[in-house]
Amino acid sequence: MTQSFRLERGGLINRDKKISFKFNGKNYFGYEGDTLASALIANGVHLIGRSFKYHRPRGFFGAGVDEPYAIVQLYRNGETEPNIKATEQELFEGLEAKSVNCWPSVNFDVGAINNFLKIFLPAGFYYKTFMWPKSFWYKIYEPFIRKAAGLGTASIKHDKERYEHKYEYCDLLITGSGPSGLASAYSAAKNGAKVILAEDKSRFGGTLLTSDVNIGNQSGKEWADSIISELEEMSNVTIKNRSQVFGYYDHNMLVMSERISDHLPKTKKYHPKQRLWYIRAKEVLISSGSIERPIVFGNNDTPGVMLSSAAKEYMKVYGVLVGKKPLVFTNNDSGYETAIEFKKNGVDPIILDTRKEPQSEIIEEAKNMNINIKNSYVVVAAQGYKKVKSADIAKISDDKEELGSVENIKCDCICVSGFWTPTIHLASQSGNKTKFNEEIDAFVPGVSKQNEKTLGAANGIYTLEETLKDSFEKGNRISKEITNNDNKVSFPNVVEKKSTVHDKFWCVPLPKGKNYKRFLDFQNDVAVSDIEIALKEGYRSIEHVKRYTTLGMATDQGKTSNLNGLQLVSKIENKVVPAVGHTTFRPPYSPVSIGAIVGREVGKHSKPTRKSPMHSWHEKNNAVFVDAGVWLRPRYYKRSDENLFEASKREAKNVRTNVGVCDVTTLGKIDIKGPDAAELLNRVYTNAWLKLPVGKARYGVMLREDGIVMDDGTTTRISENHYHMTTTTAQAANVLSHLEYYLQLVWPELNVNVVSTTEQWAGAAIAGPKSREVLKKLFPNSDVTNEGLPFMGYMEGDLFGVKAKIFRISFSGELAYEVNVESDYGYFMWEKIIEVGEEFGIQPYGTEALSTLRIEMGHVAGSELDGRTIPYDNSLEGLISKKKDFIGKRSLSRKAFAAEDRQKIVGVVPLDKKTSIPEGSHLVKDSNAPLPNPKLGYISASCWSVEHDNPFSLAILKDGKNMIGEKLFVMSPLKNKVIPVEIVSSHYVDPKGERVRS
Amino acid sequence: MLHIKCPHCGIRSQNEFSYGGDATIKRPELGKEISDQDWDNFVYNRKSLRGKHWELWQHLSGCRQWIKVQRDTATHEIFKTLKANEEIS
Ligand SMILES: [Zn+2]
Repeated sequence: MTQSFRLERGGLINRDKKISFKFNGKNYFGYEGDTLASALIANGVHLIGRSFKYHRPRGFFGAGVDEPYAIVQLYRNGETEPNIKATEQELFEGLEAKSVNCWPSVNFDVGAINNFLKIFLPAGFYYKTFMWPKSFWYKIYEPFIRKAAGLGTASIKHDKERYEHKYEYCDLLITGSGPSGLASAYSAAKNGAKVILAEDKSRFGGTLLTSDVNIGNQSGKEWADSIISELEEMSNVTIKNRSQVFGYYDHNMLVMSERISDHLPKTKKYHPKQRLWYIRAKEVLISSGSIERPIVFGNNDTPGVMLSSAAKEYMKVYGVLVGKKPLVFTNNDSGYETAIEFKKNGVDPIILDTRKEPQSEIIEEAKNMNINIKNSYVVVAAQGYKKVKSADIAKISDDKEELGSVENIKCDCICVSGFWTPTIHLASQSGNKTKFNEEIDAFVPGVSKQNEKTLGAANGIYTLEETLKDSFEKGNRISKEITNNDNKVSFPNVVEKKSTVHDKFWCVPLPKGKNYKRFLDFQNDVAVSDIEIALKEGYRSIEHVKRYTTLGMATDQGKTSNLNGLQLVSKIENKVVPAVGHTTFRPPYSPVSIGAIVGREVGKHSKPTRKSPMHSWHEKNNAVFVDAGVWLRPRYYKRSDENLFEASKREAKNVRTNVGVCDVTTLGKIDIKGPDAAELLNRVYTNAWLKLPVGKARYGVMLREDGIVMDDGTTTRISENHYHMTTTTAQAANVLSHLEYYLQLVWPELNVNVVSTTEQWAGAAIAGPKSREVLKKLFPNSDVTNEGLPFMGYMEGDLFGVKAKIFRISFSGELAYEVNVESDYGYFMWEKIIEVGEEFGIQPYGTEALSTLRIEMGHVAGSELDGRTIPYDNSLEGLISKKKDFIGKRSLSRKAFAAEDRQKIVGVVPLDKKTSIPEGSHLVKDSNAPLPNPKLGYISASCWSVEHDNPFSLAILKDGKNMIGEKLFVMSPLKNKVIPVEIVSSHYVDPKGERVRS
Repeated sequence: MLHIKCPHCGIRSQNEFSYGGDATIKRPELGKEISDQDWDNFVYNRKSLRGKHWELWQHLSGCRQWIKVQRDTATHEIFKTLKANEEIS
């Protein structure tokens, strides 16, 4: 296939390297250096998709980031990615792309019927069209809209690509490598400042690549190349192409996405696909340039209508003609530059200029080239459905209200220029108070909030000489303040053609009897009529108009549509544009892939994984692990073909009959030292702590100031001024911050230090009637009898030469001990316990058996201490001291907390003694009551009681104190279960607590 | 992301800190009688100011000190930071 729209010569592409690619299943080729858009246009392909709402045919409108609608689905190396702009995607060998928004195909599209049923889709169609009847939504509207709309399909496969994050600091971040970016970077670099220069495109130079200028006896491009190669040699400068600074956040932090591999057929080994840079800059120079804005006329969304600057870029950068019979429709001199470029390439353009008698150097040149220029002329409407075939044009009156007689002329593209809009997105995101510049009919940055300045075209400066002067000067001055160097750069001689003022005309009136759609926002299909309806319906604030009509929303962020939308609102409202104001520009300036935002934090890397020192033993012994916060803990140890239920039952039963050992390293541990340590504990815990003797442990509950239980655990007095606190695994970090808060801010007079020692100690719980026998073997030199080490006692011991802490505490409700050794000896300790315990039938047990044991004992844990319960609810009121004050005590006397029928923890047993009760189920009185069925409580934890061999649950139940013996129903709508149950005491096993003291 | 000057460590990124609420709230003295209204004000009632606001942050992934930060809640500008034991003036 020949590239019928490729010029014989010219452009910055590499004609020696052909690249083949596929679009909608057809094979094409282009050259290295092409974008998908330039290669398609070279092949004469202009129909690229369908519009979002009306499914009108869509072509190319721009040549870069400003492109509102040439969005495709990309296929690369076995993966697919939606929302790719064909104008930004660089061509690579084997690239495949497909149209989006068309079903079943781009040429025959069912949704285009919307175009003929416009009544269905007026402004606010999201809000009013598909709402009634309600029952239609799930079955008819939603599936149809989903199929017919949407901008592509996200892959549901795991993304195998690698994305990285990088944090960087610099003196100056410069966003854009056009004339202002290069000049400011150059003078700042010469002053020794640390500079990052970011360019969104693959080529540096911005408009210098396409404009006909001369700088220091070089072409714009040559000058740009020489500056770049000089900057590349400087160690204080980082230059990045394919890098979009898309967001300006607080305290001068900007985020940039660098596309490292997107232009390659496949990511190189050990390379990331993209890298996200978090850049903290001392100063930011915004040199993002400007975007040409369209003039609004009938059917201005027809493929073949495009920005005149884009047409010029396709010729100068890619050697591609966007048409062979071009019409240039302009209100300023920029259109002439495009026409001149056409003419130089042997194509005869016609210029329609809305101005009456403009005169300038550029216009003179066009006239000298014999270009056909029609003054006071406008395009009334484009004709042609899938591609422009002709244009209806007419003379327009001086007041721009009346159209002359309409004539039709043949053309295959309409290049439109409505003057230039500074790209102020980053400045606006930074909090800059933008102001309206009457001269250019656009907003420019005003008063800075952060350390940011805007240069060149982005600041509304449209001549090269002025831009360069200003940028050299600012780059020098700002860097001088940081580095104290003042190395002046000599200013080059600049030659550019002078232009004259533009015409403030932006919208062509409709001819009598015609009802052409005139689009403002090409991405979101918002036409002039939609805005008119919104205003008629009473929307006034520009922010409301935006949301009601979708003008300037989504990925486009109003790049081409914003100002014309404002012009329209201000015209109807009879206000000036600055009084209407613009909507908020939000990051990202242009879409960023989710992968880049997530970075390396995927799967197992999304949080740290903490393992106990005994982890490898668990692995060797068939442990099945479970995530407990950031810890990996054995859930059960699988024997032959046991399942979770069988294994945990075996392990729990062995604790009740023999002895088991559980890895409790994950418990939070806080070392507390100082003369006021007891006083701190006394204020933090609800019970009394001042008289705890050395060598004794005590169970404690701590509250938040609002009276809700925060955590529980045991704390042991190691010596006079030294305590060892344990917390639950989940709350360890919060409890430490809590203690630090009170010590540093509330009671700084307390002489206490706290430090986390969770990772310093490995812990093993040895539980069961035979646990003392195991302990005797572990510590033959210590007196571990009931007298020597009573319940809640503490001692130090010698574990085969390793110093150990022995606590007689129990979570399982059995006779039990916890042994701690320094982490490095954890594995040794564990092996010894297994070794000496063998003759007593010791088995390791995991978190599932641990839960079973504590649930049937009625010991509370995280599922009861869930941030909603007070001590009474958990039957912990016995631990509330009446004598002293403590954190949260005052809240407990609040009315609701003292209510007679307050919720309380109870036990729940199914009447059939067989059916397991799902956690989270509700307790109700009558299972047949009409909805909403009054809920009396909820199941907090469930297990299979190994003691009673039937299911048992804990529940938090309203008036639980008086409900023991009642018959209720457990309902689980999620699992579709209704289970008749009896309410029993939460202490289902050993209610008197004799075993722990035995 | 904010840049917060820890009075102990210097300027650090926000992700090293955790927020701790209004720094001007004083905890009532232990063991003193207090009305329901005053207690509610201490536990629950906050002004949610727009503008300059003294608030607490903890330098969690740094020195672990609680610090006082004067920040504009609308613009995020930070004017001053103090150590835990320094009085707000
Ligand atoms: Zn610090």
